[in-house]
Amino acid sequence: MSSPSETPPVVAHHPALRHHFDTMATQKDSSLLGMWVFIAQEIMFFGGMLAAYAIYRNIYYDAFAAGSHHLDVKLGTINTAVLICSSLTMALGVHAAALGKGKATVLFLLLTIALGSVFLGIKVVEYADKFHHDLVPGPRYSAESLHGPHGEALTADTARHSELFFALYFGLTGLHALHMIIGVPIIAIMAWKAGHGRFGPAYYTPVEVTGLYWHFVDIVWIFLFPLLYLIPHHA
Amino acid sequence: MSTHAGGVPEPYGRPGGPPPPERPTLPVREPVNYLNVSYGIKSWLLTVDHKRIALLYLASITVMFAIGGIFATLIRLELLTPPGDMVQSETYNKLFTMHGIVMVFFFLIPSIPATLGNFLIPIMIGAKDLAFPRINLLSWYIYIAGAAFTMYAMIAGGVDTGWTFYVPYSTHYSNTHVIATGLGIFITGFSSILTGLNFIVTIHKMRAPGLTWWRLPLFVWAHYATSLIMILGTPVIAVTVLMVALENGLHLGIFDPALGGDPILFQHLFWFYSHPAVYIMILPAMGVISELVQGMSRKQIFGYSFIAISSLAIAMLGFLVWGHHMFVSGQSTYLGLVFSGISFLVAIPSAVKVFNWTATLYKGSISLDTPMLYALGFIGLFTIGGLTGLFLASLGLDVHLTDTYFIVAHFHYIMVGGAIMGYLGGLHYWWPKISGRLYPEAWGRVGAIIIFAGFNLTFGPQFILGYLGMPRRYHYYPPEFQILHVMSSAGASILALGYLLPLVYFTWSMRYGPRASANPWDARGLEWEIPSPPPTENFVGQPVVTARTYQYGSEEGTTVV
Amino acid sequence: MPEHAADPHAEPHDHVVPVGTYILVFLALMVGTAVTVAASYVDLGMWNTPVAMLIAVTKAGLVVSFFMHLKYSPRLYWIWLGAAVFFLAHLLLGTGADLLGHLFLNLGSPGT
Repeated sequence: MSSPSETPPVVAHHPALRHHFDTMATQKDSSLLGMWVFIAQEIMFFGGMLAAYAIYRNIYYDAFAAGSHHLDVKLGTINTAVLICSSLTMALGVHAAALGKGKATVLFLLLTIALGSVFLGIKVVEYADKFHHDLVPGPRYSAESLHGPHGEALTADTARHSELFFALYFGLTGLHALHMIIGVPIIAIMAWKAGHGRFGPAYYTPVEVTGLYWHFVDIVWIFLFPLLYLIPHHA
Repeated sequence: MSTHAGGVPEPYGRPGGPPPPERPTLPVREPVNYLNVSYGIKSWLLTVDHKRIALLYLASITVMFAIGGIFATLIRLELLTPPGDMVQSETYNKLFTMHGIVMVFFFLIPSIPATLGNFLIPIMIGAKDLAFPRINLLSWYIYIAGAAFTMYAMIAGGVDTGWTFYVPYSTHYSNTHVIATGLGIFITGFSSILTGLNFIVTIHKMRAPGLTWWRLPLFVWAHYATSLIMILGTPVIAVTVLMVALENGLHLGIFDPALGGDPILFQHLFWFYSHPAVYIMILPAMGVISELVQGMSRKQIFGYSFIAISSLAIAMLGFLVWGHHMFVSGQSTYLGLVFSGISFLVAIPSAVKVFNWTATLYKGSISLDTPMLYALGFIGLFTIGGLTGLFLASLGLDVHLTDTYFIVAHFHYIMVGGAIMGYLGGLHYWWPKISGRLYPEAWGRVGAIIIFAGFNLTFGPQFILGYLGMPRRYHYYPPEFQILHVMSSAGASILALGYLLPLVYFTWSMRYGPRASANPWDARGLEWEIPSPPPTENFVGQPVVTARTYQYGSEEGTTVV
Repeated sequence: MPEHAADPHAEPHDHVVPVGTYILVFLALMVGTAVTVAASYVDLGMWNTPVAMLIAVTKAGLVVSFFMHLKYSPRLYWIWLGAAVFFLAHLLLGTGADLLGHLFLNLGSPGT
């Protein structure tokens, strides 16, 4: 029968409930699914460049090892630790929001921003070093500062191929840094909203969704770090 | 009594005077729908109503289609005569490049999903809007931004790399606007990704009560499968085009052979997206055809679950066949065999659909209205296009036919004879719902027939040209090919006329067409339960679905309780 | 935290992960980082890369399961993650088979 449905009685709903969703549960589930789908897309995005990396690393192993050896493992390790800490603070921030603890949420989100900024600062230092050593791909590139496993100079071919390593180094870490640069203001907005009491146990989805994004950025670095910084010289 | 209701002229109200004429005396107000609920440019540019966003897209892609069509016209004009005498070779390179880029990225990929998909998916599943209405609007703005970049590149001098951007030409040797065009495509890719994301979440989370997956309209299944490809494939071309732009602009040489880079790597990355992209272009059209075939033959669709699953199968298998674009590139022959084999496999779900549509038509109550004409045209032309695809999937035969006009004919049969006819058929079928008006049926049929005839005259001879050896992307050719080229160009002019017709009568109908009822085709589906045009919220209250899809033959016949 | 299993209006993912779990995961990630750095200085021949990747995948798995709550999330999210990984693997497989095949297989003439 096609009689129109009765208009449902007016029910007070959460102010954050958008009109096209029935319940907060559907809205939250949709938002989280949306971010997971976006993350799936991001995996393919980084994946394209990682495919290029995987191919060239296998073909030009010595060149990639030489390039990797120039990178500062100490700084890379510190950065990895910093990012893992920021993931912890982000997770704690989401946790605090879920429990309605506004002040703690703000604190943890600000800590996350601070740690993310430290990461970016160290990256600037690293990039500056590459510029200084003429290791930026392009007309000024020079493999003079690179050396083989026993400190010897590189062959002409290996020197040429090492530029591929640095092209991918800048491409991959640059793309990663860009994602962080986009993430930091978003976390800042979340912190502002949390500070103004916009979140509580019934509604903290934006914080959680931001957390998913930030953790994903951390995961990308978890892969980039060993792939770029820790290529062992083969004996 | 000399009462007269407002608006009745003086003499009729007096006793003894002439009786009042039979006409309404109060102004008749049109019911509030999504078109008249608010006016003004802001209400359109800041809308979050999926139906208005669909119309924003409709206008934009029509403009882009016209631009792509202008390039096609110039190409076909040049090819009327054997010598390359209308334009220089460099210019001709730009013409076919820009024709391809505009048609693929700015017309075909968004066409059905962004217009019909945006409009219909929430309605077909009984929802008020998509899951993320603001992201929907954002995706249109991103599309416009990408189109602006690309248009700038074209006006500033164009691109001549072919829409395929092969390196090292695009990274090192071309001195045309590769970076701007690449960035335009990169940006528009995100429009595609966000649309797909919206569809996926909407279809998963916002179906009406009772609307199980197996009761979804096939149009929705097709768009779900398309969205899978949009999400998982588009980012790869985004990052690839980014790498080309970085290499071109910043000399971050990733594909540069001088550094040991491999141009074939580019081809792998490019085709990993661009093959599934062709399924982004055809799957929505197949979804439309499923709807048209059941609606215009008033019969339950044959093999519903097979058609639904075949959409998913095409989407997934479509990711595994990209190497068939690279048979002569120097790719490993053994890998070529694998790609060839899987390419044969991916034809099977497409064939399943064609069989099921045909079986649906059999003993149906067929009305040869415009949408049905487009559907029949699609089934025939897509079959030809698909079968010629099998020729090309055969490694040995492809060596002879690749980079000839056979390829051009093959993909135009699918993209134009298939996807565009599906798009037009859908536009005609749902036009009464979208605009609240009926288009003139006679002109609709004329348009469909002109398009069908013009299309076959344009692209049929190209199969022969290709088989005889005419290479693609050449603007001069040996005189013995001229007769076929003249036929093709003649067909193109007929095709152009055919495309102009709907533009004219759809526009005419918006003002002068008869008003449409809720269900002018007497078809089945949630979209036919609501007024034409629908109100902004689509439904009054929450529809509940109790019947299977396309339930013909029952008294109530509807799906809403 | 209150259990909402029977409440139809309850939000999904109501499971609030205890802080202790987060700390444990954090420590495991730090240990994993230390191990991966140390392992890179040991010559394991061709096994260096698989070991590094195994550690990275384990660390990523911890972040995904606990920090991103995937362990407590609907199956649908797992499927989407899996789909991306699945198709990325095929990109790597197909490209690798063509461009790296000659490193691992001896199939005769070049270009095969």
